[in-house]
Amino acid sequence: MKREIGGGPPVAELENIHLSFGGLQALQDVSVAVKPRERLAIIGPNGAGKSSLFNIISGIYTPSSGTIRHKGEARPARMRPYEVARLGIARTFQNIALFSGMTALDNIMTGRNSLMRRGVLGEALQLPWARRQEIEHRRRAEEIIDFLEIPSVRQTPVGALPYGMQKRVELGRALAAEPELLLLDEPMAGMNLEEKEDMCRFVLDVNEIHGTTLILVEHDMGVVMDISDRVAVFDYGRKIADAAPDDVRRDQAVIDAYLGTAHEH
Amino acid sequence: MFYRETGQYKTTYAADRAIFPIRQDRVAFAVLLLVAFVAIPLLANEYWLRSVLTPVLVFSLAAIGLNILTGYTGQLSLGTAAFMAVGAFAAYNLEVRVPEVPFLVSFVVAGLAAAGVGILFGLPSLRIKGFYLAVATLAAQFFIEWLFTHVGWFTNYSTSGVITAPPMTLLGFSFESAESRYLLTLCIVVVMAVMAKNMVRSELGRAWMAVRDMDIAAEAIGINLMKTKLTAFAVSSFYCGVAGALWAYVYLGTVEPQAFDVLRSFEILFMVIIGGLGSILGSFLGAAFIVLLPIFIANASGVFGDALSAETIAHLEFVIFGGLIIVFLVVEPRGLARLWQIVKEKLRLWPFPY
Repeated sequence: MKREIGGGPPVAELENIHLSFGGLQALQDVSVAVKPRERLAIIGPNGAGKSSLFNIISGIYTPSSGTIRHKGEARPARMRPYEVARLGIARTFQNIALFSGMTALDNIMTGRNSLMRRGVLGEALQLPWARRQEIEHRRRAEEIIDFLEIPSVRQTPVGALPYGMQKRVELGRALAAEPELLLLDEPMAGMNLEEKEDMCRFVLDVNEIHGTTLILVEHDMGVVMDISDRVAVFDYGRKIADAAPDDVRRDQAVIDAYLGTAHEH
Repeated sequence: MFYRETGQYKTTYAADRAIFPIRQDRVAFAVLLLVAFVAIPLLANEYWLRSVLTPVLVFSLAAIGLNILTGYTGQLSLGTAAFMAVGAFAAYNLEVRVPEVPFLVSFVVAGLAAAGVGILFGLPSLRIKGFYLAVATLAAQFFIEWLFTHVGWFTNYSTSGVITAPPMTLLGFSFESAESRYLLTLCIVVVMAVMAKNMVRSELGRAWMAVRDMDIAAEAIGINLMKTKLTAFAVSSFYCGVAGALWAYVYLGTVEPQAFDVLRSFEILFMVIIGGLGSILGSFLGAAFIVLLPIFIANASGVFGDALSAETIAHLEFVIFGGLIIVFLVVEPRGLARLWQIVKEKLRLWPFPY
């Protein structure tokens, strides 16, 4: 299947973003945009500002200055994370952030909460709309469970699941919100080759079948080079490269950032 | 052998999310209801109905309330008794000032008033959590107790500071006998417990548990933390408010603000912890445990006859009670509800080894 990248304004566009914590400059004058249906990878050494960038897009941090645009329209300077989520932006976390006391199914169902109606009395009395809503959304959650090949663990508390399965459930929870833009923070970290292959397949399918735009932070260069359309490289809070994988591989600034520069003595 | 779901296929999502998906559980629950509604009023004597079973039910309701807040939403509260007091005094004041209002309506108003106060004292939860929030709710506890003691309006300027609940009549029937009061409480508690169970197995309950387990991820997936926490405070306080009104009207009859002191809050917190955090069933088990255990200890120490003085027995009660709680928490920190779950899992195979 041929993907059409682009067409329409960028799903997310950051312009001249600065972020500082006290005296520490976490991000300096960063501009980056992701086109509809594109797969953008963000790489860089530890502390380069990759996770800060994710936290800015998802509303957890507010930038010190700069503009964020969503589909061409400037977002308010301050947005709560749940408001960002309701724009159609979902994410996973670097350290798995599942709801550990709940089953895999309930975690994924919670991903659909923002699409569901809240009515305390209706839910308490299980009025027809509340019952119908639970069942309709359960059906969608089960589709995701099938897609991620985890039906056997749906009633298992996620705390009892092995690491790779937890990563899948977390992806499922993000997918359940039916996002247009999916932020994946190190989706392959700590996985063996087989688990990585599975995860790559899921991520590519999501992108190609549902047209979900992806931004992923990842340290595994093989994965990054294989699956992304474009790679943005960060170092010390600055973007030092932004190009197709093959061009980034040859970029001198990138090589210096990863291997270190030879200092003149 | 007797408790297995083999052959019971769930073919719809509706069947899968039923409160009791397994037939044996449905039968057991029906039997339990039959016992509670028919057998107990017929067999139990006045003392048991009035002084044991009715308070167990009222405490269960308060424990459900606290469990929604602390067990499901993860917001530690030490103000439970204060919210009960708000309910009791709201119902009383409504009845005194507008005598035409049926008492059931005033119970609902009691819950709503407590919900309002709960939201107010829940506001700090938007910024603080854990022990710090517990201290903030402690402020609610002391402030409300002080308010009802010192502002005469709330007690209708009664000189002793004690309020006496007006008689409860519904369609000409007066709830005077122990049986009628027990059954009234039972009806209210059963309906509200089912409603609580419905909430925690729906969208709302998942939002609460998401906030409890990982609030950052909950917000990132689109859950409005402020709304969800305040809803938990409101619903929780509503339950406590109705429990408080029942405590004043059905159980005690006359009540003073000191009946809702901080020790009462702790008592309910113990019920929730011993029964099981995050379990509606656990709220009942915890309430029954805390109310019944001292009675059993007192009866058991009776076998020593005159060998022990009454004073020693009273002290012994406290020692055994405290010891049991500690043993219990060490053995099963997740409470009686978890023990029950383990028993059920074992029963699926019993008496076969595999």
